[in-house]
Formats: sequence, structure tokens, C-alpha cells
Amino acid sequence: MAEYLVLIYQDESANTDPAVQEQTMAGHIRFGEQNGAALRGGNALQPSGTATSIRGDGSGGFTITDGAFAETKEALGGYYVVEAADLDEAIAVAKEIPAPVGGVEVRPIRPM
Amino acid sequence: MDVSVEAAVADAHRREWAFVLAATVRVTGDIDLAEECVQDAYAKALSTWPTQGIPDRPAAWLTTVARRRGIDVLRRRTTHDRVLPQLAGPASGDDDDADDGLVEIADDRLRLIFTCCHPALSPEAQVALTLRLICGLTTGEVARLFLVQESTMAARLTRAKKKIAAARIPYRVPALADLPERIGAVLDVVHLVFTTGHTAPGGSDLVRTDLVAQAVYLARMLRTLLPDDADVAGLLGLIVLTHARQTTRLAADGSLSLLSEQDRSRWDAAEIAEGLALVREALQGRPPGRFALMAAIAAVHAEAPTWSSTDWSELVGLYDLLVVIWPSPVVALNRAVAIGFAEGPGAGLKVLDGLSDEPQLAAYSYLPSARADLLRRLGRTDEARAAYRRALALTDNAVERGFLQDRLVGLDGP
Repeated sequence: MAEYLVLIYQDESANTDPAVQEQTMAGHIRFGEQNGAALRGGNALQPSGTATSIRGDGSGGFTITDGAFAETKEALGGYYVVEAADLDEAIAVAKEIPAPVGGVEVRPIRPM
Repeated sequence: MDVSVEAAVADAHRREWAFVLAATVRVTGDIDLAEECVQDAYAKALSTWPTQGIPDRPAAWLTTVARRRGIDVLRRRTTHDRVLPQLAGPASGDDDDADDGLVEIADDRLRLIFTCCHPALSPEAQVALTLRLICGLTTGEVARLFLVQESTMAARLTRAKKKIAAARIPYRVPALADLPERIGAVLDVVHLVFTTGHTAPGGSDLVRTDLVAQAVYLARMLRTLLPDDADVAGLLGLIVLTHARQTTRLAADGSLSLLSEQDRSRWDAAEIAEGLALVREALQGRPPGRFALMAAIAAVHAEAPTWSSTDWSELVGLYDLLVVIWPSPVVALNRAVAIGFAEGPGAGLKVLDGLSDEPQLAAYSYLPSARADLLRRLGRTDEARAAYRRALALTDNAVERGFLQDRLVGLDGP
């Protein structure tokens, strides 16, 4: 078995309708119930406007800036850690994650 | 070096490479290692067959040698190496017997095709991996086919193989339920290899026979492995029917010979018979798929004894179906051409002009050249001339350029 990080990207500006948000939340609860055996973790994130980026300056100091590392139209909004035998299995789980205004990215977690 | 041994090894390379590699991947669970072991096995064949004789079953001999080498390397690997990701699939390290039946090895080959054509890999990587791993071309040969530097192709292949291992792209034939979704990518790769070879995008030759041969080989292999699949039958039918006309596509002086000018008695009758049988089988799939319809279109041309007896209304009907399931602007363009013959150049032009804003056709030379032909037949010579010039500006293939230039000159002729 291997672990995959499934990153949920969404257009934050399109996500303000409370009815849609509620529906999405209900979708995540259903997803969690149906895929509990494969899930190793997961969280929703605060909007990217709350992000802080920290980068080492190479001489022991740090530069701290407001905002996410990459400014993209679709921002990272949450994640799941999924256990799966292979990529096909991970993709099958990822397809069930509600992502009405974006999509998900599946990344294998490097075994330590 | 014994010439017959050298020929036997070359023959085994051409015929059995995919068999041997796929069976070895199954044991190593690692494509890179398997490639290395298979290369070693072929090298060993060159050195031992002259003294020991050519084995009765070269594929089994090569597979045994490659698998044993793979198992040796795996045993010697350090603990650290062992935690490296392995191919996800039915790898079985103790299974080192090459005599476990050709059916199983054939299944291994199919597994490898599905790994190479996994949708999680870029289309370019899918094609490159298929040619390298299934057809056994060297990295340099694959690079030359796609007109890129060998180092570029090596990087592309390495990156794809790393992804297969790290993301655990499975070494497995998809479940029956997922097959329709996955077989499409495999057929697309084979079709792309064929079309790239059939009319080379650039260069001095119209046809890249090496690429065409690889596509025919792959389509035949898929047909052997999936004999009941209608889409596979359709693709092989399309390929053999197109291939049957291969030798008549060039006139004696090397210039392009159109379907209307080709000597149909020189079309390969055996390939046409095979293709027609495949088309009939493919059309039994309900609803008929993209390749079945494309093959049926090729069949209509193959069955017409002369250009003038071509059943154009049948062709328009097939294009009508095709454009619904495969709404590509290129299909729409071909449909317009068929209408131009079925109902006259005016009707064809009307449909064609509806496509002039398609962004996908903006740099597609066949749009202005088809338009030029319709205008020529309508006697609108000045507009035809302008359209031929536009087509010339978009064509890199020397043979096709020659054809367009002849047509341009012909406009002013008698």
C-alpha cells in the first residue's frame, strides 16, 4: 500500500454562496463516510488570504511575506491523505471528492 | 560473428522484445531494471548462441536469462534500495520460470501497454514509452522519429518512468468495467504512431515506413491480445485498409498521387480483404466507435472499383455519424469534402466555410487546400489561387508542397 496526498484546489471567488458551501460540506461528510477505510487524514483550510509564506534567505535569516507561495486562480482549499494500493485506486477515491468549483491533484507521498 | 546467430538475435529482438521485457518487469517490478536485464540477455544471446546453438524458443530463453539477472540484482540490493517504490501489480519475485505458458506472457505484454498508455502520463510520454518499451526502439531511434534531441527524449522517458514508479501507476490490465475508458488511450497512441508515419509532418519523404510498421505491429498485437474488442478491430481495419494503398500514393516521379488518380489494381487485395472483414466485425459494436467508422470510410474507398464509382452519399452518412461521436474539426472538414463530391462543389464549399473560424484548423493546411479544390471546380480561379498559396504556406512536407505547386500552376493551364 502507498499513501497519496489529494490536494483540493478551488476558485475561492466562486465559492461564496452559502447554499453551495453547505452542499459541498455535506458532500465531504458523505465522502468521509463512504471512504473511511482509505482515509488517513484530511482538513479544510482557511482561505489563501490568510496564508503566510516564509523563505530562508540563505544566510540564516528569513523573509516573511503575506500570501500563498503561488498566486493561482485556483487556490489550495483542503486536502486528504489517502491510502491506496496504486494510482488507479487513489484516482478512484479522488474522483469522489466534492470539488464543484475546481478539481483535485493526487500526489504520491514519498515513503520514509 | 556468425551471421545466422546475428540474424536470429535481431529477429528475436524485433519479434520478442515486448514479450521478454513484459515478463521480466513482472519479476523485477521495476521497468528500468527490467530494461537493463533484457538488454543484457540479448547481449548474452549474441555471445553464447554461436557455441550453444540457437534455442528452439528464443523468447523463453531470453526471458529466463533476463528474469534470473533481475532476481540476482534484487537480492544484492541494499535495504535502502528495497524501500524504493516498486511497480504496483502482480509482481512475484519467486516466479522465475519462463515456461509458465505463453498466455500469461501475452497478458504481461498487455499489462505493459496499459502502463505505458496510462492517462496520468502526458500523451507525448505515452507514445515515447510505447515505442521504447513495447516496440523495443532505442532512445535515439525514438528521438529521431519525433525530431527531438536524444537527450530531450532520454529526459522525457526517464521522467515518465520515475512517475510510473513513484506514483505507482499499476502494471495491470484494467478491470473489465474500466476497460472502455482505458483502451481509448492505447488506441490513440497506436493511431498517432500510424498517422505520423503515414504522412510525415515534415521532411522529404511522404511516408515514414518505420513508424507505419511499428503501428501495424502494435495494432496486430492488440488484436491478438483483445480479439473480441470492436474498437481494436476497427483500428486494425483502418490501418490495414489505409496501408493497402501505400504503394500507390506516389507516382513514378515521386509526386503525390491522389485517391482519384491511384491505380486501384495495385492496391493490396489481401490487406483489403482482411480490412473489410475487420470493419464488418467492428461495426457490430453498438454504437459503432470512432475507429470502426473511420475504418468503414476507408472501406467505402477500398470497395469502389474506380474513383467515379465511389459511393459519396454513403461516405457523407458515415461522416455524419462520426462527427457526432468524434466532433473534431478535422472530421468536419473531411465531411465537407465528401459533401462536395456527393452534392457538388457549391454545397461542399458552403459547409467548409462554416469551419473557417475553427481555431484548431487555423494552421491546418488541408483546410485551404480543400477550399482551393472546391473553388477550382467551381471555376473561381483567382480565389482558388489564393487558397492554394495559403495551403503552401502551411505545408512542410516536400511531397505535399510539390502537389500544391502543381495544382497552382495547373490553374493557368488549358
